[in-house]
Amino acid sequence: MGSPHTPETQGSADSNGTPRSIHDVVIRLAGNSQDGIQAIGGFLARLAGRSDQDVMTYMTIPSTISGGPSIFQVRMGTGDILSAGDRADMLVAFYQHSYDAHIGSLRPGGVLLYDSDHVKPTADDNRFTNVAVPITTATVEAVGGTGKDKGKNIFILGLLARIFDLDVQKLATLIKERFGGKNEDVVRNAMLAFDSGYAWPQNNLRDLFYRFEAADRVAGASTRPQVTLDGNTAVAYGLLAGGVRHGAGYPITPWSSIMEILRTELPKYGGIFVQCEDEIAAVSTAIGFSYTGRLAITGSSGPGLSLKMEAMGWATMAEIPLIVVNVQRGGPSTGMPTNVEQSDLMQAIYGSHGDTPRVVLAPKNVEDCFYVALEATRIARQYSTPVLILTDFALSSRIEAFDEPDLSKLMVEPKPDFTERGADFKPYPLDRVTHHAPPGTRIASGKYPTVTGLEHDEMGHPTGSPKLHTQMTAKRREKLKTLAATLPAPEHTGDDTGEVLLVTWGSPWGPGREAIGRVRTAGIKAGHLHLRHIHPLPNGLEQIFARYPKIIVAELNDEGLYGYGQLATLLRARYANPSIVSLTKTDGLTFKVSEIVAGIARHIESKELEATVGVARSSALAAR
Amino acid sequence: MSSATALATPPAPAGAPLTKKVLVADQPTWCPGCGDFAVLASYYRVLEKLQYPHEKIVTFAGIGCSSRFPYFVNTHGGHYIHGRALPFAAGISLGGDDLHVFVFGGDGDGFSIGGNHLVHTARKNVRITYVIMDNFVYGLTKKQTSPTSPIGFKSKTDPTGSFDQPINPMRTLLNTGATFVARSHATQVGHMTDMMLRAAKHDGFSVVEILSECVEFYEGAFDAANPRKGGTWTMIEEKKNDGTPEDAKRHDVTDEVAAFKLAGQAWPGSFGVFYENKTRPTKNKLEADLIAKTRERTKGASDLQLLQSSFARAR
Repeated sequence: MGSPHTPETQGSADSNGTPRSIHDVVIRLAGNSQDGIQAIGGFLARLAGRSDQDVMTYMTIPSTISGGPSIFQVRMGTGDILSAGDRADMLVAFYQHSYDAHIGSLRPGGVLLYDSDHVKPTADDNRFTNVAVPITTATVEAVGGTGKDKGKNIFILGLLARIFDLDVQKLATLIKERFGGKNEDVVRNAMLAFDSGYAWPQNNLRDLFYRFEAADRVAGASTRPQVTLDGNTAVAYGLLAGGVRHGAGYPITPWSSIMEILRTELPKYGGIFVQCEDEIAAVSTAIGFSYTGRLAITGSSGPGLSLKMEAMGWATMAEIPLIVVNVQRGGPSTGMPTNVEQSDLMQAIYGSHGDTPRVVLAPKNVEDCFYVALEATRIARQYSTPVLILTDFALSSRIEAFDEPDLSKLMVEPKPDFTERGADFKPYPLDRVTHHAPPGTRIASGKYPTVTGLEHDEMGHPTGSPKLHTQMTAKRREKLKTLAATLPAPEHTGDDTGEVLLVTWGSPWGPGREAIGRVRTAGIKAGHLHLRHIHPLPNGLEQIFARYPKIIVAELNDEGLYGYGQLATLLRARYANPSIVSLTKTDGLTFKVSEIVAGIARHIESKELEATVGVARSSALAAR
Repeated sequence: MSSATALATPPAPAGAPLTKKVLVADQPTWCPGCGDFAVLASYYRVLEKLQYPHEKIVTFAGIGCSSRFPYFVNTHGGHYIHGRALPFAAGISLGGDDLHVFVFGGDGDGFSIGGNHLVHTARKNVRITYVIMDNFVYGLTKKQTSPTSPIGFKSKTDPTGSFDQPINPMRTLLNTGATFVARSHATQVGHMTDMMLRAAKHDGFSVVEILSECVEFYEGAFDAANPRKGGTWTMIEEKKNDGTPEDAKRHDVTDEVAAFKLAGQAWPGSFGVFYENKTRPTKNKLEADLIAKTRERTKGASDLQLLQSSFARAR
């Protein structure tokens, strides 16, 4: 169940029919993928974005080609929404299988809204407020014609608009925008379905009426408009803002939509995105673009990233800038292609052969996908090196609303530097960061440089010199240490010192932060440290770690042979701090807030902490 | 390994003619007698004839003996990973449309590990000139069977003689959809230079297979086409369209079927241009057309305006 402000009691409206005020609500829509339930979620998310409400969504899609069960969960409300919600306040079930599979996700006291044409709820289950609506029949009656039950999703949207007192004007505008490109009948039918859902007789709704609390506009808060995007789109837009105009890729779920967006968008910017014959060709073409002075992007998901590794090793050796996006999914191998996991961390940092220092960044939410992509372009250019962005399936597919970035301040449009290089130009100077002369650049000395994957001297000539290999290896390593020294302090919230520190990276940021809120509400002093620069790590983490007797790293990967997840392993190796422990899971789903709270409770009951925390208190926490 | 030798020649002033003197770089590290020396000499002559601006020439290679090539040529360039030089060069060609991109490789690089890339770079008709120095053996790794080694060839990986069917390079190249396909022999420097020159001038993906003997691991491999070693050198006579009766027997380079027939000739076969297609547009042009068409629709909006409008649609 969501925040403490969510209605706990059965029923919602007072006897006089006034809507009850709520802080936020979690609605899970369960149907088949062809029913357009993602579209309802999308409408709700964008409505929230246009209404000062915060929103977080979560969806699963079948990895089959068409059809199959599918859900979309949307959590919308007032104030910060950090996770998609552990349990639903309302379940909309389109089919019997939707009901059977998802009734367990509805909190007791929650609302079950079901299509009485298809669903028969268990007769003696009194835990929920059951609302039967013949969704299919009503939609067919409203729309008429030959569309059968097409439009059920819009009918439900209308019904939800009535129940939650949503802005009908804005929703109608959104529907018109969405279907406006199609013929008029489509818009008209959609509006018929919407109106029919909205006008569904009130007395059939068992007085279920809610209204979201008014948003407190904090003084000094942003007045920028809200935008509603998914993570893959935010990555693509971040790259565009960072001046990336070239790229290459090969289709793989869940990376593909980034390349689809870039293939469509880049020609507008005078750029090129090439769909290649395979992952290796894609990374190679991207490096070729970068070599011409035009920073390029390639990307993939787990298995595809493995295929790119040799070429990425070349880019590190030849010191060519490159952006690689890896949208992580369940692995290894084909694994669970439409589920979330953070199991590519070691591959991202240490994949490839030889000593291959590489920058790895991980966004925490959809908004951060934009800013991390933008930052990646800056780092790649400044340090002339590959930068890997680690996002994940959850970020790629979910929709969030956030402040529209101020592009007039952020946008960069760098051009290749073809100015003639002086007679002393060296492609690989030992005392400076490499900055190549792209082909097309005259070299005053008349000596044209070679870029190469062979170990080389300062002029790019192959060398077998032990001294030069040592020096060049150090050069490639030191530039990342230089970068580390410039990194901002990581986001550290909650208690500055305390009994426990939760460490997260990537998409578990939201549930992690919400979990620490609950832990602190329970009276335990706790902090939350979130890392978005994974490699190199920012300097100074040891000072933060020293202020907590227990440091729990929560991540979506396996505890491995030695009992620690991938980041936890790295932090233990880096800081040799035995207080660092691990909280991992591999069910292919995002962290629930309650899972993290329970994990923290488990850890602080461990022997070292029993004295300071107290068993009773942590047990009470675990029971919550 | 080559040492970091300094260039023997002083820098050429801007606009000075591109001479062999300017173009030579490191001393080649190939074995004495290697066919690749002649290919290198031909490349210098090609660049001398073309007189492209020095800074616009890019020479790249994959991995293999042949792939040391770029270190011996003083142009922008370098050395990529094994078999992947073509997609890399595609990025260079598409990214810098004013560049002249040359890729050198061997039979292992082109027909084995890079076989898939050859097919796709060719079918997309990316503007690149690709020279395959085919020696029928893996030389850098010291005599293993290559995809062009003939049946019966004894190597370290086939000590009793190889038995896998080798690739027919010309048939393979024609099949990729390459728009210029030619064949030459490293002992025929004039012919080789002519083929590379025509390949360079071709607007599209042009490829030349050059039989280049590995004196160390496959001596005499191409003697059958070398008159000085008692072989027969057969040049393709191209159709002149002069209406004479002998012209009817000449090869029409635009005739794909005729090209395949030539590719099916018994060893050592013919040398020259097998196929040339001047009508299929390059990917370079098609991408430029897409950009032009797209920008017509966006009516010259700036990058900032374009991205702002994308965000505005997400409100």
